[in-house]
Amino acid sequence: MSYFIDRRSNARHKSAVNRQRFLKRYQKHIKRAVEDSVNRRSITDMERGEKVSIPGRDISEPVFRHGKGGRRTVVSPGNREFAEGDRMRRPHGSGGGGGSGEGSASNQGEGVDEFAFTLSRDEFLSFIFDGLELPHLERKQLADMAERRPVRAGLSRQGVPARMNIVRSMREAQARRIAMRAPIKRALCDAQKALEEEERKDPVLRHPGRIRELREEIERLEKRLEAVPFIDTFDLRYNHLVDQPQPSNKAVMFCVMDVSGSMTQNHKDIAKRFFLLLYLFLERDYERVELVFIRHHTAAREVDEEAFFYSRETGGTIVSSALHLLDEIIEARYPPAQWNLYVAQASDGDNWDDDSVQCRQILSDALMPKLRYYAYVEITPHAHQALWEEYTRVQDCYPERFAMRQIVQAGDIYPVFRELFKSRQGGQEAHS
Amino acid sequence: MSTSYKPIHDEDFLGQGSDWSFDDLEHYEREIARIAAEFRLETYPNQIEIITSEQMMDAYSSIGMPVGYSHWSFGKQFLSVEQAYKRGQMGLAYELVINSDPCIAYLMEENTLMMQILVMAHACHGHNSFFKGNYLFRAWTDASAIVDYLVFARRYVSECEERHGVEAVEQLLDACHALQNQGVDRYKRPSAISAEEEARRQQEREGYLQQQINTLWSTIPQLRAADARNVDGEAQGLGQRPRYPSEPQENLLYFIEKNAPLLAPWQREIVRIVRKLAQYFYPQRQTQVMNEGWATFWHYNIMHRLYDEQLIDEGVMLEFLQSHTAVVAQPGFDSPWYNGINPYALGFAMFSDIQRICTAPTEEDRAWFPEMAGSDWLETVHFAMRNFKDESFIQQFLSPRVMRDMKLFALLDDDQDDMVEISAIHDDRGYKRIREALSLQYSLGHREPDIQVWAANIHGDRSLVLRHERTQRRPLDDAFSPVMHYLHQLWGFPIVLEVVENGEVVDRHDWPQTGG
Repeated sequence: MSYFIDRRSNARHKSAVNRQRFLKRYQKHIKRAVEDSVNRRSITDMERGEKVSIPGRDISEPVFRHGKGGRRTVVSPGNREFAEGDRMRRPHGSGGGGGSGEGSASNQGEGVDEFAFTLSRDEFLSFIFDGLELPHLERKQLADMAERRPVRAGLSRQGVPARMNIVRSMREAQARRIAMRAPIKRALCDAQKALEEEERKDPVLRHPGRIRELREEIERLEKRLEAVPFIDTFDLRYNHLVDQPQPSNKAVMFCVMDVSGSMTQNHKDIAKRFFLLLYLFLERDYERVELVFIRHHTAAREVDEEAFFYSRETGGTIVSSALHLLDEIIEARYPPAQWNLYVAQASDGDNWDDDSVQCRQILSDALMPKLRYYAYVEITPHAHQALWEEYTRVQDCYPERFAMRQIVQAGDIYPVFRELFKSRQGGQEAHS
Repeated sequence: MSTSYKPIHDEDFLGQGSDWSFDDLEHYEREIARIAAEFRLETYPNQIEIITSEQMMDAYSSIGMPVGYSHWSFGKQFLSVEQAYKRGQMGLAYELVINSDPCIAYLMEENTLMMQILVMAHACHGHNSFFKGNYLFRAWTDASAIVDYLVFARRYVSECEERHGVEAVEQLLDACHALQNQGVDRYKRPSAISAEEEARRQQEREGYLQQQINTLWSTIPQLRAADARNVDGEAQGLGQRPRYPSEPQENLLYFIEKNAPLLAPWQREIVRIVRKLAQYFYPQRQTQVMNEGWATFWHYNIMHRLYDEQLIDEGVMLEFLQSHTAVVAQPGFDSPWYNGINPYALGFAMFSDIQRICTAPTEEDRAWFPEMAGSDWLETVHFAMRNFKDESFIQQFLSPRVMRDMKLFALLDDDQDDMVEISAIHDDRGYKRIREALSLQYSLGHREPDIQVWAANIHGDRSLVLRHERTQRRPLDDAFSPVMHYLHQLWGFPIVLEVVENGEVVDRHDWPQTGG
């Protein structure tokens, strides 16, 4: 006796709990692997999950079992040239005849050096950004909500064809047809009955006039019945949308980079990784993140990503040119009321001597009031210059929203990033 | 592979192509059941579940149990299965079946029709009849209660997690899992009980157990510190008073459940759950070769019968043969694919050979198996299936022919000798010795170290003394020290592991480690 049960629609991910527990238990290991891979990975490559290996020793489940050594006899298949009494050197490693019990030779034992598995992209990112948070993430207050978004609000009789609700329209049409045809049908039925009665009468007693009358009546009713339209403008229903004010859920990230002669490809690479991390981070919190790339030497230009990272330029450095351009772009395209604005700037710290003061002024007066967050990374092993000094003063004015750090080599990126965005609530970091 | 001839009957159902429908499945299940009944395969009712590959991975990571408590180790299992599957290193097993009544088997929706038929023959009739017929399963497991018990276990564990925190429960489970293999009664048969009863009895037990433990430990006369130090850890010192337990105990988890001084009642219950499940899987660990061999032997016969009756066509048959051949392939010891003896291959070869010996015995067979040669083959394979486990099955039925076919040889590996020696090969002088060695190789008692509770020092420092009966100087794997650590967590007081060979204590390990 057998019966079949189709379980395909049942919940998947029955093991999700166990999987989460595993990840939690080996958080430390996984974090280390993730950190390594963030620093190692090519830049365009952040968008997928990651293969993580944990030393098998660390996660094995120990049991009492026999180790190597002692005296044992092992039976194996596939003898070709051995004869009884043959003696030979012990083969290297435990392969071949090793292992006291096959079959049950556990797949979780010491034999496996590395336990490898794949983190999904989301898991990967949540490990990267674990314990980090965007400062001042409160959405734009509803009061200054300039952004509106259409929201479904029932049905209406007026609308554009594109929004027609077919199902509802057809239902209305059917109801109308039933309603309009019912009295006609009833009258038609009566007329037909009367006609039948009339025709059943003895030919002598028939009333030809009445018959003709009835026939005409029937014909007229049938025509009327047919004239009831299948669908009428009256039936049409449209999805009704109303505009509702929305807290802004989009962000724009400005990447500002110095491309003067002193910035090598290596510098740019480091900067790019930093930008990328920030981008991924923003993407987790905002529905939409736009990128604006501004590069500058003595003059600033808005460019596309390719040109931003790979084209080469030389010349001196005037940082304020980029800040001016930044301000212009914000004014023109990204009203702060609707956008959450983030700026990440990377430079090697060089600047035209008199320019740094100007930079501070633009930042303090024009830019900072509009921005959510400004992160400046200086990629240099050398001592700081005027720009850093001036920026330090900006930071004093906006300690919450202006951050600056120094990066010496690629390995510093992730730690610096973590430091910049460390969760302010503390606590969270403590147990991880 | 399409065929031009038209079969005489059941055209609609003729297995062709790889798509399947529920009607197909039901039809073939009926046919297979009919053929299985002719072969006298008695089964529990089958509950055949169609699942997706993801669900299969879930099922896999919980060893096929339909419900299980949560633990990270199952997550680890899941991740490694997923990794291997996605990389194409392994196909998901097409048979996952659990010993329950009704017997639950899984069919993956991605499988071809041939695979579904094969799985039904293999799992729903092969394994199922083994579960119902083999003496170990009959004596040690209660197929009708297991699913209920799993439900109880899951609920209980999650309640404990709520009350005492996930971490505390996880720690305890880690420790219990480490001792799982030492958590079975090898000789004493457990009584089967159902889940409701279990839940009711659990309440009573909590109160009673704790009481008992208190009495055990409260009779300890207060020793002065100096005396305690004298007795401390010295095995000889124990001899002065009657030892507790009076007989060595093989079931460590049972001993801990009943005697560990510091465990809370809920902790004892969890120890018990792990122990019960270990006991449930114990027969499976002892009948790998037989179980797989039996199922493979029957799917092979049933598929051939289906083909003979023209219920499946050549295309399906060829696909089946290809799959079957892969399952019973046995790479040689020096092959890169060698991963021990393939239980499917050995078991299938042995059951097929029993059939051959019964129906077409040679002179050699008559000499080796005088009673079997020429007897009713169906009777004989059933007899073999019912009354043996791997160890005794090999001892009893491994024929010279199979040894020759598989080219078995025995290698003596002694760490006191620089060289290894071929101690027997598949020839007249070697058959018996190979059979002996292979049988030993499948004996759990030989495969796993023999570790028993020797004494609980209830008069002194409450240390627990274990004894490892070492044979042939085979040492414990280094993993023993983390296991000692777990034991220490459970017991709460020092653990001593004595290694005994030929009646003499040859080594001694302490946990926590004392003095450098």
